[in-house]
This record gives sequence, C-alpha cells and structure tokens, in this order.
Amino acid sequence: MTHDEALAQFLLRMGDNTLILGHRVSEWCGHAPVLEEDIALANIALDLIGQTQMWLGLAGQIQGGQSADDLAFLRDAWDFRNVLLVEVPNGDFGRTIMRQFLFDAWHSIVLEQLQSSADDRVAAIAAKARKEVAYHLERSRDTVVGLGDGTEESHSRMQGALDYLWPYVGEMFAVDEVDAIMTDAGVAPNPFDLRAQYDALIEKVMTKATLTIPENRFAHKGGRDGRMHTEHLGHLLTQMQWLQRAYPGASW
Amino acid sequence: MRVSTDQVWEWLEAVPDPEIPVISVVDLGIVRDVRWDAETLKVIVTPTYSGCPATSVINMDIETALRDHGVEHLKIETSISPPWTTEWLSEQGRAKLEKYGIAPPQPAGGPQRCPHCGSKAVQKVSQFGSTPCKAHWRCTECMEPFDYFKCI
Repeated sequence: MTHDEALAQFLLRMGDNTLILGHRVSEWCGHAPVLEEDIALANIALDLIGQTQMWLGLAGQIQGGQSADDLAFLRDAWDFRNVLLVEVPNGDFGRTIMRQFLFDAWHSIVLEQLQSSADDRVAAIAAKARKEVAYHLERSRDTVVGLGDGTEESHSRMQGALDYLWPYVGEMFAVDEVDAIMTDAGVAPNPFDLRAQYDALIEKVMTKATLTIPENRFAHKGGRDGRMHTEHLGHLLTQMQWLQRAYPGASW
Repeated sequence: MRVSTDQVWEWLEAVPDPEIPVISVVDLGIVRDVRWDAETLKVIVTPTYSGCPATSVINMDIETALRDHGVEHLKIETSISPPWTTEWLSEQGRAKLEKYGIAPPQPAGGPQRCPHCGSKAVQKVSQFGSTPCKAHWRCTECMEPFDYFKCI
C-alpha cells in the first residue's frame, strides 16, 4: 500500500465517522425530548457534517478529483470506513447521548494529537474541528452524568446503553496496515496508544455518573476496514442517498 | 479597474453577516486577507464553524457587493488555517452585538451581563443556541432569555 493510498483510507475513516454520526444525530431533529436538546443535537450534527466536508474533500482530492459530495452520496455500504459505533441506530435519547459521549471522548483525544500531524492539511482540519468537538464533549459528558446519576429510570437506561454500546468501543483503537503507515509517516497517532487516556476519561465520568463499565473487552469490528458493516448502515444510506440516486447531479 | 485594497476593505465593512445583520463580515473577523493577484482580486474568507450554513451565503454576498462596486475579476478563497476564533471579533462588532441583544464573547466563558437590563445575574441554559456560534442564556433579574456569542 502506498502512502497516498493509506492517507486516503485514513481520511475516509475520519470523514465517514463524522458523516454517519452526523446523519444519525440529525435524525433527532424535531424529535428530541425538549427544545434545548433538539437544538443542541441539530447543531452537533451540523458541526459533524461540516467536518465531513473537510475530511472527505481532502480524501477525494488525494484519490483523484472526487468531491466530498461524490464520496458521501455515491458510495455503497462496503466502501464506507466508519467504525460500527456510529452506525448503530439511535435507540432512546439515553443511548444516543451515551454513543455521543463514547465517540466524543475518542474524537477529542485523536484531534488533539492530529493537530501536530506531519501533514499540514490534516493538522489544519484537526485544529478547526477540535474547537467544535470541545463543546460536544462538554455537553455529552455532563448529560451522561446528569442522566446516569439521575432517577432510577434514567440510571437504568444509561446503564443499559453503556452495556449495549461498550462492545463497539474497542474498534476505535484497532490497528492495521493503514495505521502503521500513517504512524510511521507521522501523519496520525497509533490508535492503540490513545486507549489509556480514553479509559481514564471514561472511568472518571462513569464513576461520577454512578455507572458500571462492563468488564468484557470483546470488540465488534469490521467498519473502519470496510470488511463487514452492520445491517443498519445500508438502511441509513438509503435515506441519505436516495435523492442523488434518483436524480443524479440534482442541486439547489 | 484596480482599486486600492483599503477601498475594498471599506466596501466589505458594509456587507452584513446574513445571520446577525447588525455586524459586518469584517467585524466578524472572517475576512482574512484582500489582495490583488495580477488583475484578479482575491478575498480570503475563513468559516466560523465548519458546518455553518451561512458560509456559502456570505461568499455570495461578498461577491455580489464587490461586483456591484465594479470589480470584474474576483476570486473568493476559503482558508481554514489558522482556525477562526472569537478573538477576531472587532471591538466595534462586540458593541454592536450587545446593543442588538446578543451578549459578546468573554474570556471567562460566559456573558458579562444581560444584554437587555445589564444585570449580572445570568444563567446558562445550553451551550447550543439558534446558530452554531451562539449559546442560550437567561437573565434571572429581568427574566428574559438571550443569546451569548460563545468563545471558540
């Protein structure tokens, strides 16, 4: 695998994570339990889609002239490189917030590191995105604590969400050939090396939220290398892509 | 026609932000540079938030304004580095925001006072508000909700 091939894969992973999570979160628009949460979710989705434009824009440029829109709307499930965590359905509000926190925690740590990437283009996107993600993390962290250490009902839902989502966490720290090339070139950190910092943050917040982190470290994988996505991704894509599929090139 | 860049900056000071029309795109600090590249005028613009839907409207408004002033060869370039920060808001822009009812950003991370009644008894409702750049606060003195232009 050449450097540029690995770089394109790395950028697709970053951009597909933000694209698919951004789409998932946007599904809440108009449906959140209270107005403030509705606004917050929509704003976060918007930030994630904005970040997608930068990541996929650069990926397309490196791959030879595709636009971010081409990559978002014209690829099929097997070409997506997002982790499975971001494609699982929203579930209830608690599960959406828990997924957001588990992702934001990783996202903020990786972006912090990417700011000093040897590739200036990657460093610039990370520096821009990191500022937005600091607000995402603040909110998802506080809401996990508020609901976890809340009523009996909210506590049990948050524990259920953590138990359900925990097996999807490990994939964010998996390492393959793409990561090895990126790490050697100084473009991106080794994902595995981020785990200790991540675990420390998760543990601190879950203790405050009175939630128990499952002991099992089993990890569902197959998203970031495209080997096997969950069945949910295809359903999401039919919603997200239908207009460009039905009316190719439509714009407004 | 090759006008001075000072003249171009003056024209841009009259282009309002589409979401908060009391301040200009120059007050907002998103116009990073104006320069002539041979016969083409280049305007470098940086987005506030990466997903802000106003960005494309802002570029269009800048283009329309400059074309109305007779600039023929124009190129608007987007730059994301260094990333936009609320520290680039002009003093004049901060004052205009407050007069309009939006508390300007403060290094402390929250509004200094209620933009309606001036009370310091203010409370955060949510870090997210009506646009990506604003948080939602309320005053416990006059009981009015208000927007706070949050630091980034």
